[in-house]
Amino acid sequence: MHYLLGVRIDENDLPYSDEEMAASFARVGAVNDQMKAAGIWVFGGGLQPSDSATVVRVEHGRTEMTDGPFAETKEQLGGFYVIEVDDLDAALAWSERLAEACRVPIEVRPFEGIA
Amino acid sequence: MDLADVHRAEYGRCVATLTRLLGDIGLAEEAVQDAFAVAMEKWDTPPDNPGAWIVTTARRRAIDRLRRESTREARHAEALLLHRRDDEEVGPVRDDQLRMVFTCCHPALSPQAQTALTLRVLGGLEVPEIARAYVVPEATISQRIVRAKKKIRDAGIPYRVPDASELPDRLPPVLTVLYLVFNEGYTATAGTLLRTDLSAEAVRLARSLAELMPDEPEVLGLLALMLLVEARRGARVGADGELVTLADQDRDLWDRELIAEGHAIVRRCLRRGRPGPYQIQAAINAVHTDGAATDWHQVLALYDQLLTLTPTPIVALNRAVAVAEVQGPETALAAIEDLDIPGYHLLPATRADLLARAGRVEEARAAYDEAIALAGNDTERAFLAGRRERLG
Repeated sequence: MHYLLGVRIDENDLPYSDEEMAASFARVGAVNDQMKAAGIWVFGGGLQPSDSATVVRVEHGRTEMTDGPFAETKEQLGGFYVIEVDDLDAALAWSERLAEACRVPIEVRPFEGIA
Repeated sequence: MDLADVHRAEYGRCVATLTRLLGDIGLAEEAVQDAFAVAMEKWDTPPDNPGAWIVTTARRRAIDRLRRESTREARHAEALLLHRRDDEEVGPVRDDQLRMVFTCCHPALSPQAQTALTLRVLGGLEVPEIARAYVVPEATISQRIVRAKKKIRDAGIPYRVPDASELPDRLPPVLTVLYLVFNEGYTATAGTLLRTDLSAEAVRLARSLAELMPDEPEVLGLLALMLLVEARRGARVGADGELVTLADQDRDLWDRELIAEGHAIVRRCLRRGRPGPYQIQAAINAVHTDGAATDWHQVLALYDQLLTLTPTPIVALNRAVAVAEVQGPETALAAIEDLDIPGYHLLPATRADLLARAGRVEEARAAYDEAIALAGNDTERAFLAGRRERLG
């Protein structure tokens, strides 16, 4: 099954110094390598802050664009992974490693289908 | 043994086995219900191995049903079934049941969903029975169960027994669910005090878990704890439905057989030397039910051990009762001075008792008032009001 592992971050609460940022990258990088070595890696990446987002709507043939994220919530998607594993237990085990490395919560969601 | 007994004993096991064969709890339940409907028509007396009969029949009915349907899921399930032709006559399998325990109590499900699903799928209780037991609308329970089954299917929660390295994380939620069910039956949060069915169901499930996992001392500890608490049920409520505390209980009303069984399990746990919170609580209850009077020094020593393992305010509060017996009420009051357990009526109730014993009547009265306002059922309110009356 395919699972989305969403990295939930509070953008207003990123107390990282440069050293902390580098250590975090190193920890996450190690988990990324483990995922690739385990053959479960489909895709993964970090996102620019949510103020870089644009929301596009098409209503009655008219396109409307708004600057900023869809919802102004405390937690935003900071990055995400798509992995392919046997079941939820395997996805949760990888999420545990990831949450430990990122030190933020990981939301695990199964895909309904993959195009 | 009539059909209702067979249903009670075999429903959960049969659903567990059919779930392995069909890959889905919902389909498995339908198939097992179909088989019981057939049994109702065909059985004069149940066959020698009713579980095997139900599994075989359910499997055949499932194939028939799936052939009539043409969804992708149905074809998948049918393929699974036909593929496993060889184990048709096996009947319910123990590992299937254990797998189901861990699926129903999977940490990715909410505690409420775990409880409802466990009672429905493992215990074979009907939705109205569960709803009545928890005093919530049937639709609520029904939704919880439907949602939980959907999540199991859609999120890919596996049917598997966790391996040894995972057990420390995965077993506690299972024990918590069973203990919550037991406690809900023992001290109902609403309405009258005792709801026998839920406690009996929890004991039955704990027994079966202890059979499935005989090498897990905490499983045995939980079973012993339930048995030793259950043994005192008959003495816990007086003739007028009022609450009777341990010290005032008529020990002749205790169930000797359950106590003997509980003590034997506690001794078995002691020999293994791998103590855990449930085993220690069982040991405390073993001391309470040993001989003519409680040895409070032993109880206090056990609570000290329990508090080290699980340093929660509730354990600290229960420990204070033993402190009062050994070192007096003032020492106990000092021990619970800083506790804060919002909404928990037993904190002010315990404080009130200790204050009364220390001769601080006015403070005791105020604490009883606080406890009465928080108590969740009529029996406990009446008990606390009686205590307050007796202050004079």
